[in-house]
Amino acid sequence: MLAIMGTAGDRGDEGVLLQFSAVSFSTPSGIELLHGVDLCVDRGAVTVMAGPSGAGKSTLLRLGNRLEVPSEGVVRFKGADLTALDPQQVRRSVGMIFQRPIPFPGSVRSNLAVADGSAADSAFVAVLQRVGLHSSILNRVADDLSGGEAQRMCIARTLLTEPEVILMDEPTSSLDPENRIGIEDLARELAHEGIGVVWVSHDLSQVQRIADRIEVLIDGRNATPVESLEYLKQGTEGEQ
Amino acid sequence: MSDTQIGWMGVTASLVLVAIAIGLSLWQQLHLTRSMLWSSARAAVQLLLVGFALRLVLDSKASVWWAWLWVVVMIIFAGFTIRSRAKEIPGIFLLGTISMLTVVIISLSVIFGFHIFPMQGRTIVPLAGMMIGNSMTSCVLVGRRIIGELSDKRDEVESRLALGLSWSDASRPYVRSALRTALVPQIESTKAVGLVFLPGAMTGLVLAGVDAVDAVTVQLAIMYLILGSVATSVTVMGLGLTRQMFSSDHRMKPIARASH
Repeated sequence: MLAIMGTAGDRGDEGVLLQFSAVSFSTPSGIELLHGVDLCVDRGAVTVMAGPSGAGKSTLLRLGNRLEVPSEGVVRFKGADLTALDPQQVRRSVGMIFQRPIPFPGSVRSNLAVADGSAADSAFVAVLQRVGLHSSILNRVADDLSGGEAQRMCIARTLLTEPEVILMDEPTSSLDPENRIGIEDLARELAHEGIGVVWVSHDLSQVQRIADRIEVLIDGRNATPVESLEYLKQGTEGEQ
Repeated sequence: MSDTQIGWMGVTASLVLVAIAIGLSLWQQLHLTRSMLWSSARAAVQLLLVGFALRLVLDSKASVWWAWLWVVVMIIFAGFTIRSRAKEIPGIFLLGTISMLTVVIISLSVIFGFHIFPMQGRTIVPLAGMMIGNSMTSCVLVGRRIIGELSDKRDEVESRLALGLSWSDASRPYVRSALRTALVPQIESTKAVGLVFLPGAMTGLVLAGVDAVDAVTVQLAIMYLILGSVATSVTVMGLGLTRQMFSSDHRMKPIARASH
């Protein structure tokens, strides 16, 4: 059953992989993008981050992948403060998929080798199959892939690091409806396999399709339960 | 007066060509007359000052330490020149100065270590000057290219970081591209030497009456040293600047885009 969070920081730690506690973040120029945000990411669930543009959703994901460090508050992975862990290891455990697929120059094989240079082709084939791609694309130039294929390849690339959490920043925003549904199904499968998935979305019908839990961010802070319901209700009405 | 000494009359006569340039500027209304007069006068004053100072430094009775002091001043001035050409790059003065210092240490160690030239004031100053002069432009070029590459490909670099790569692995393809771009002009110039243009040192020696083949051997040694110097300075600047673009915990810092 779908749960709206809103009091994420008060929940127990059982099954929690990634936890944001009272996290604030300001840019070097002093603009505050997040203020006291709480969020828990559970093992084997899709946690959707919803909210209007500029609410700080992408920034929160960057904090989870350690591409940024909070100005205040703590982000914990399995109970340990991220800043106390090896950042490279954190990034392999907490993978990140960006809004636009970002293929690197070269073949699909060389793209996958960036994530795991020692892996054999059989590992690449297995991970491609896991994301719904045929092994025949291994030798294709990554830049020539369609949008949907490229995003799946990016997910495969991230899966090679064997993450326990995957942060997905509006991963279907540039895709057609068919590919959108395909990537949503993939995210649900990954959650089913035990990975904690965080999915950022503006699309309220998508939120309802994939979310186990929903957290709404407004103006860089957790929305109150009333604000969350109001936001989701407005979105749903807008789509009707 | 030997036939290689042109004297003040010769210098004055060469001003006829400046007068022609000024005449062309006036005819075509280029509004460059004042600039031409100023640059010609400035060059004369600067070079005369340098000439008199060099006469003291290069005097066979003068201590070789004066020549080394001259080299130190050149390195510092090179750092300032690099900064003035690429103000937008953070920390460029220090990086530029370190690059020049590295170039001088390595190239002069090779030159004097292998006894290519004798270690005297008259060799130390001009050789260091050539290494520094040729390396400065390449340093500015590689600095701008690295800022440009990392800024344009920020998404790709962060995507690599997000996979757990270190800052050096994540930036390597883009740094490599910048280094290649900065080195290619020097390689092309080395290829074209003799066919397209006669380089300065060789021209000077031939004008001074040295045998052409002897002049070529000197020029060859200098060309190879310049190529090595440019490669060294570009690598030191490139890797140093790249390191500066990342925090110690492998995060990419915000980049102020270079203006071209």
